[in-house]
Amino acid sequence: MLILTCPCCHVTAEETEFHGGGEAHLKRVGPDGAEGDFESYLFMRQNPKGVHLERWRHVYGCGKWFHMARDTATLEVFGSYAAQTLAPPDHIVDAIRKRHPDWQWPAAS
Amino acid sequence: MSEAVTALKNARYDAGIATISEIGPLGMITIRGDLEAAFLRKVINKTVGLERPESGMCNSDGTSAVAWMSPDELLLICPHAQVAEVLSRLLAAFEDTHTLAVDVSGARAAFRIEGTHAREVLAKLAPVDLAPAKFTPGMFRRTRVGQVPAAFWLLEDGAFQVVCFRSVAQYMFDQLKVAAQPGSAVGHFSAP
Ligand SMILES: [Zn+2]
Repeated sequence: MLILTCPCCHVTAEETEFHGGGEAHLKRVGPDGAEGDFESYLFMRQNPKGVHLERWRHVYGCGKWFHMARDTATLEVFGSYAAQTLAPPDHIVDAIRKRHPDWQWPAAS
Repeated sequence: MSEAVTALKNARYDAGIATISEIGPLGMITIRGDLEAAFLRKVINKTVGLERPESGMCNSDGTSAVAWMSPDELLLICPHAQVAEVLSRLLAAFEDTHTLAVDVSGARAAFRIEGTHAREVLAKLAPVDLAPAKFTPGMFRRTRVGQVPAAFWLLEDGAFQVVCFRSVAQYMFDQLKVAAQPGSAVGHFSAP
Protein backbone atom coordinates (compact mmCIF):
# COMPACT_ATOMS: atom_id res chain seq x y z
CA MET A 1 0.00 0.00 0.00
CA LEU A 2 1.43 3.36 -1.06
CA ILE A 3 0.83 6.56 0.87
CA LEU A 4 0.80 9.44 -1.61
CA THR A 5 0.56 13.20 -1.27
CA CYS A 6 -1.15 15.03 -4.10
CA PRO A 7 0.92 18.10 -5.04
CA CYS A 8 -2.24 19.85 -6.31
CA CYS A 9 -4.52 19.70 -3.26
CA HIS A 10 -1.90 18.54 -0.69
CA VAL A 11 -4.08 15.72 0.56
CA THR A 12 -2.16 12.68 1.81
CA ALA A 13 -4.03 9.44 1.28
CA GLU A 14 -3.47 5.80 0.55
CA GLU A 15 -3.30 4.60 -3.02
CA THR A 16 -6.96 3.55 -3.45
CA GLU A 17 -7.89 7.25 -3.66
CA PHE A 18 -5.54 7.55 -6.67
CA HIS A 19 -5.03 5.84 -9.99
CA GLY A 20 -1.76 5.06 -11.71
CA GLY A 21 -1.23 6.42 -15.21
CA GLY A 22 1.96 4.67 -16.30
CA GLU A 23 5.45 5.92 -17.06
CA ALA A 24 6.09 9.66 -16.75
CA HIS A 25 7.77 12.09 -19.14
CA LEU A 26 7.03 10.26 -22.36
CA LYS A 27 7.88 12.36 -25.37
CA ARG A 28 5.35 12.18 -28.15
CA VAL A 29 6.59 11.18 -31.59
CA GLY A 30 4.75 13.26 -34.17
CA PRO A 31 3.66 12.53 -37.74
CA ASP A 32 7.20 13.22 -39.03
CA GLY A 33 8.75 10.57 -36.78
CA ALA A 34 10.10 7.26 -38.03
CA GLU A 35 7.81 4.26 -37.74
CA GLY A 36 10.10 2.54 -35.27
CA ASP A 37 10.21 5.62 -33.01
CA PHE A 38 6.45 5.91 -33.10
CA GLU A 39 6.07 2.26 -32.17
CA SER A 40 8.45 2.79 -29.23
CA TYR A 41 6.51 5.83 -28.10
CA LEU A 42 3.28 3.86 -28.18
CA PHE A 43 4.34 0.57 -26.68
CA MET A 44 7.84 0.46 -25.20
CA ARG A 45 7.95 1.21 -21.47
CA GLN A 46 10.50 1.07 -18.67
CA ASN A 47 9.82 -1.63 -16.15
CA PRO A 48 12.49 -1.06 -13.54
CA LYS A 49 12.96 -2.94 -10.31
CA GLY A 50 13.73 0.13 -8.23
CA VAL A 51 13.33 3.82 -8.89
CA HIS A 52 10.51 4.69 -11.27
CA LEU A 53 8.91 7.97 -12.37
CA GLU A 54 5.19 7.68 -12.96
CA ARG A 55 2.04 9.63 -13.73
CA TRP A 56 -0.77 9.39 -11.20
CA ARG A 57 -4.19 10.93 -10.95
CA HIS A 58 -5.98 11.96 -7.75
CA VAL A 59 -9.04 10.32 -9.18
CA TYR A 60 -11.35 10.26 -6.15
CA GLY A 61 -10.04 13.57 -4.83
CA CYS A 62 -9.29 16.78 -6.69
CA GLY A 63 -9.14 14.94 -10.03
CA LYS A 64 -5.74 16.34 -11.04
CA TRP A 65 -2.85 14.54 -12.71
CA PHE A 66 0.62 14.71 -11.19
CA HIS A 67 4.02 12.99 -11.26
CA MET A 68 5.53 10.75 -8.65
CA ALA A 69 8.88 9.08 -7.97
CA ARG A 70 8.81 5.78 -6.13
CA ASP A 71 10.68 2.54 -5.66
CA THR A 72 8.87 -0.38 -7.27
CA ALA A 73 10.72 -2.89 -5.09
CA THR A 74 10.36 -1.31 -1.63
CA LEU A 75 7.24 0.80 -2.38
CA GLU A 76 9.02 3.81 -0.89
CA VAL A 77 7.62 7.08 -2.24
CA PHE A 78 10.32 9.69 -2.89
CA GLY A 79 7.91 12.50 -3.63
CA SER A 80 5.30 13.86 -5.98
CA TYR A 81 5.58 16.85 -8.28
CA ALA A 82 3.61 18.87 -10.82
CA ALA A 83 2.36 17.30 -14.03
CA GLN A 84 3.56 20.40 -15.89
CA THR A 85 7.19 19.24 -15.65
CA LEU A 86 9.39 17.76 -18.37
CA ALA A 87 11.97 16.22 -16.02
CA PRO A 88 12.12 15.29 -12.33
CA PRO A 89 12.88 18.46 -10.31
CA ASP A 90 16.03 18.74 -8.17
CA HIS A 91 14.36 18.05 -4.84
CA ILE A 92 12.98 14.77 -6.19
CA VAL A 93 16.36 13.73 -7.62
CA ASP A 94 17.97 14.59 -4.25
CA ALA A 95 15.41 12.48 -2.39
CA ILE A 96 16.05 9.54 -4.73
CA ARG A 97 19.86 9.85 -4.45
CA LYS A 98 19.71 9.79 -0.68
CA ARG A 99 18.67 6.16 -1.09
CA HIS A 100 20.30 5.39 -4.44
CA PRO A 101 23.41 7.64 -4.71
CA ASP A 102 24.21 6.56 -8.28
CA TRP A 103 20.73 6.90 -9.69
CA GLN A 104 20.46 8.50 -13.11
CA TRP A 105 17.23 9.23 -14.89
CA PRO A 106 17.41 6.84 -17.89
CA ALA A 107 15.70 9.35 -20.19
CA ALA A 108 18.41 11.93 -19.41
CA SER A 109 21.18 9.85 -21.00
CA MET B 1 -41.87 23.15 -13.00
CA SER B 2 -42.08 19.52 -11.97
CA GLU B 3 -41.80 18.61 -8.31
CA ALA B 4 -38.27 17.77 -7.19
CA VAL B 5 -37.92 14.31 -5.63
CA THR B 6 -34.80 12.91 -4.03
CA ALA B 7 -33.38 9.59 -5.24
CA LEU B 8 -34.59 7.57 -2.23
CA LYS B 9 -37.57 9.69 -1.12
CA ASN B 10 -35.66 10.76 2.00
CA ALA B 11 -35.11 7.21 3.24
CA ARG B 12 -34.06 6.89 6.84
CA TYR B 13 -32.43 4.21 8.97
CA ASP B 14 -32.25 4.50 12.72
CA ALA B 15 -32.03 0.93 13.91
CA GLY B 16 -28.21 1.00 14.04
CA ILE B 17 -25.33 2.64 15.86
CA ALA B 18 -25.85 5.88 13.92
CA THR B 19 -28.78 7.41 12.10
CA ILE B 20 -28.51 7.41 8.30
CA SER B 21 -30.89 9.70 6.44
CA GLU B 22 -31.18 10.92 2.92
CA ILE B 23 -31.74 14.65 2.92
CA GLY B 24 -32.85 17.09 0.29
CA PRO B 25 -33.69 17.98 -2.32
CA LEU B 26 -30.79 20.42 -2.09
CA GLY B 27 -29.70 23.04 -4.57
CA MET B 28 -26.15 22.31 -5.71
CA ILE B 29 -24.05 24.39 -8.06
CA THR B 30 -20.58 23.52 -9.30
CA ILE B 31 -18.32 26.51 -9.83
CA ARG B 32 -15.05 26.27 -11.72
CA GLY B 33 -12.56 29.05 -12.12
CA ASP B 34 -9.62 30.80 -10.52
CA LEU B 35 -10.29 30.39 -6.80
CA GLU B 36 -7.57 32.90 -5.98
CA ALA B 37 -9.28 35.67 -7.93
CA ALA B 38 -10.57 38.47 -5.70
CA PHE B 39 -13.75 38.89 -7.73
CA LEU B 40 -14.72 35.26 -7.13
CA ARG B 41 -14.50 35.68 -3.36
CA LYS B 42 -16.62 38.81 -3.66
CA VAL B 43 -19.26 37.12 -5.83
CA ILE B 44 -19.54 34.12 -3.47
CA ASN B 45 -19.86 36.42 -0.50
CA LYS B 46 -22.46 38.62 -2.16
CA THR B 47 -24.52 35.68 -3.44
CA VAL B 48 -24.76 33.45 -0.37
CA GLY B 49 -23.12 35.53 2.36
CA LEU B 50 -20.28 33.06 2.92
CA GLU B 51 -16.51 33.33 2.59
CA ARG B 52 -14.73 31.29 -0.04
CA PRO B 53 -13.47 28.25 1.91
CA GLU B 54 -9.78 27.51 2.37
CA SER B 55 -8.55 24.28 0.83
CA GLY B 56 -10.06 21.20 2.44
CA MET B 57 -12.80 23.20 4.17
CA CYS B 58 -16.51 23.90 3.91
CA ASN B 59 -18.13 27.12 5.09
CA SER B 60 -21.74 26.75 6.10
CA ASP B 61 -24.39 28.79 7.87
CA GLY B 62 -26.96 26.01 8.19
CA THR B 63 -28.89 27.11 5.08
CA SER B 64 -26.17 27.44 2.47
CA ALA B 65 -22.66 26.06 2.20
CA VAL B 66 -19.60 26.52 0.01
CA ALA B 67 -17.12 23.65 -0.15
CA TRP B 68 -13.59 23.46 -1.59
CA MET B 69 -13.61 20.65 -4.16
CA SER B 70 -10.23 21.12 -5.87
CA PRO B 71 -7.77 23.92 -6.67
CA ASP B 72 -10.21 25.22 -9.30
CA GLU B 73 -13.61 23.97 -8.15
CA LEU B 74 -16.18 24.88 -5.51
CA LEU B 75 -19.48 23.26 -4.60
CA LEU B 76 -22.20 25.69 -3.57
CA ILE B 77 -25.19 24.29 -1.68
CA CYS B 78 -28.37 26.29 -1.21
CA PRO B 79 -32.09 25.64 -0.67
CA HIS B 80 -33.48 23.82 -3.70
CA ALA B 81 -36.11 26.49 -4.33
CA GLN B 82 -33.38 29.13 -4.72
CA VAL B 83 -31.02 27.31 -7.05
CA ALA B 84 -32.22 28.94 -10.29
CA GLU B 85 -31.99 32.40 -8.81
CA VAL B 86 -28.58 31.83 -7.23
CA LEU B 87 -27.26 30.39 -10.51
CA SER B 88 -28.47 33.34 -12.57
CA ARG B 89 -26.93 35.78 -10.10
CA LEU B 90 -23.62 33.91 -10.27
CA LEU B 91 -23.60 33.82 -14.06
CA ALA B 92 -24.44 37.52 -14.26
CA ALA B 93 -21.64 38.36 -11.81
CA PHE B 94 -19.07 36.19 -13.62
CA GLU B 95 -19.74 38.17 -16.81
CA ASP B 96 -17.03 37.42 -19.33
CA THR B 97 -14.45 36.04 -16.87
CA HIS B 98 -13.28 32.47 -17.43
CA THR B 99 -15.54 31.09 -14.71
CA LEU B 100 -18.21 28.45 -15.02
CA ALA B 101 -21.26 27.64 -12.91
CA VAL B 102 -23.72 24.83 -13.53
CA ASP B 103 -26.73 23.47 -11.65
CA VAL B 104 -25.92 19.89 -10.60
CA SER B 105 -28.79 19.50 -8.10
CA GLY B 106 -30.43 16.75 -10.14
CA ALA B 107 -27.18 14.79 -10.41
CA ARG B 108 -26.47 14.49 -6.69
CA ALA B 109 -27.76 12.78 -3.57
CA ALA B 110 -27.03 13.87 0.00
CA PHE B 111 -27.02 11.96 3.28
CA ARG B 112 -26.53 12.67 6.96
CA ILE B 113 -24.76 10.34 9.36
CA GLU B 114 -25.63 11.30 12.91
CA GLY B 115 -24.87 9.94 16.34
CA THR B 116 -21.95 9.32 18.66
CA HIS B 117 -20.63 6.61 16.32
CA ALA B 118 -20.90 8.71 13.14
CA ARG B 119 -17.11 8.90 12.75
CA GLU B 120 -16.79 5.18 13.07
CA VAL B 121 -19.48 4.43 10.46
CA LEU B 122 -17.77 6.62 7.86
CA ALA B 123 -14.25 5.50 8.80
CA LYS B 124 -15.22 1.92 7.88
CA LEU B 125 -15.84 3.05 4.30
CA ALA B 126 -13.48 5.91 3.47
CA PRO B 127 -9.63 5.93 3.34
CA VAL B 128 -9.47 9.03 5.54
CA ASP B 129 -8.18 9.56 9.07
CA LEU B 130 -11.35 10.57 10.92
CA ALA B 131 -9.83 10.70 14.41
CA PRO B 132 -11.41 13.57 16.39
CA ALA B 133 -8.10 15.43 16.54
CA LYS B 134 -7.49 15.03 12.79
CA PHE B 135 -10.90 15.67 11.26
CA THR B 136 -12.57 18.62 12.92
CA PRO B 137 -15.87 20.45 12.27
CA GLY B 138 -15.83 22.39 9.00
CA MET B 139 -13.29 20.08 7.36
CA PHE B 140 -14.29 18.79 3.94
CA ARG B 141 -12.93 15.82 2.06
CA ARG B 142 -13.46 14.55 -1.44
CA THR B 143 -12.63 10.86 -1.59
CA ARG B 144 -14.28 7.50 -2.09
CA VAL B 145 -16.86 5.91 0.17
CA GLY B 146 -16.87 2.18 -0.45
CA GLN B 147 -16.49 1.91 -4.21
CA VAL B 148 -17.98 5.23 -5.29
CA PRO B 149 -16.71 8.81 -5.39
CA ALA B 150 -18.13 10.99 -2.64
CA ALA B 151 -17.46 14.10 -0.62
CA PHE B 152 -18.25 14.72 3.01
CA TRP B 153 -17.76 17.24 5.74
CA LEU B 154 -18.18 17.35 9.47
CA LEU B 155 -21.02 19.71 10.37
CA GLU B 156 -20.35 19.31 14.07
CA ASP B 157 -19.10 16.46 16.22
CA GLY B 158 -21.40 13.52 15.57
CA ALA B 159 -22.86 14.76 12.27
CA PHE B 160 -21.47 14.25 8.77
CA GLN B 161 -23.04 15.28 5.51
CA VAL B 162 -22.18 13.08 2.52
CA VAL B 163 -22.68 14.03 -1.12
CA CYS B 164 -22.49 11.53 -3.99
CA PHE B 165 -23.84 10.98 -7.48
CA ARG B 166 -27.59 10.40 -7.58
CA SER B 167 -27.07 7.26 -9.67
CA VAL B 168 -25.32 5.56 -6.72
CA ALA B 169 -27.66 6.84 -3.98
CA GLN B 170 -29.06 3.38 -3.24
CA TYR B 171 -25.57 1.87 -3.00
CA MET B 172 -24.49 4.68 -0.67
CA PHE B 173 -27.52 4.28 1.59
CA ASP B 174 -27.14 0.50 1.70
CA GLN B 175 -23.45 0.52 2.57
CA LEU B 176 -23.94 3.20 5.22
CA LYS B 177 -26.67 1.01 6.73
CA VAL B 178 -24.33 -1.98 6.79
CA ALA B 179 -21.56 0.11 8.38
CA ALA B 180 -24.07 1.27 11.01
CA GLN B 181 -25.75 -2.05 11.71
CA PRO B 182 -26.57 -2.84 15.34
CA GLY B 183 -23.67 -4.24 17.35
CA SER B 184 -21.06 -3.11 14.83
CA ALA B 185 -19.41 -0.46 16.99
CA VAL B 186 -15.65 -1.00 16.98
CA GLY B 187 -14.81 1.57 19.64
CA HIS B 188 -11.87 2.91 17.63
CA PHE B 189 -12.53 6.57 18.44
CA SER B 190 -14.49 6.06 21.67
CA ALA B 191 -15.54 3.21 23.93
CA PRO B 192 -18.13 1.00 22.11
ZN1 LIG C 1 -5.41 16.15 -5.19
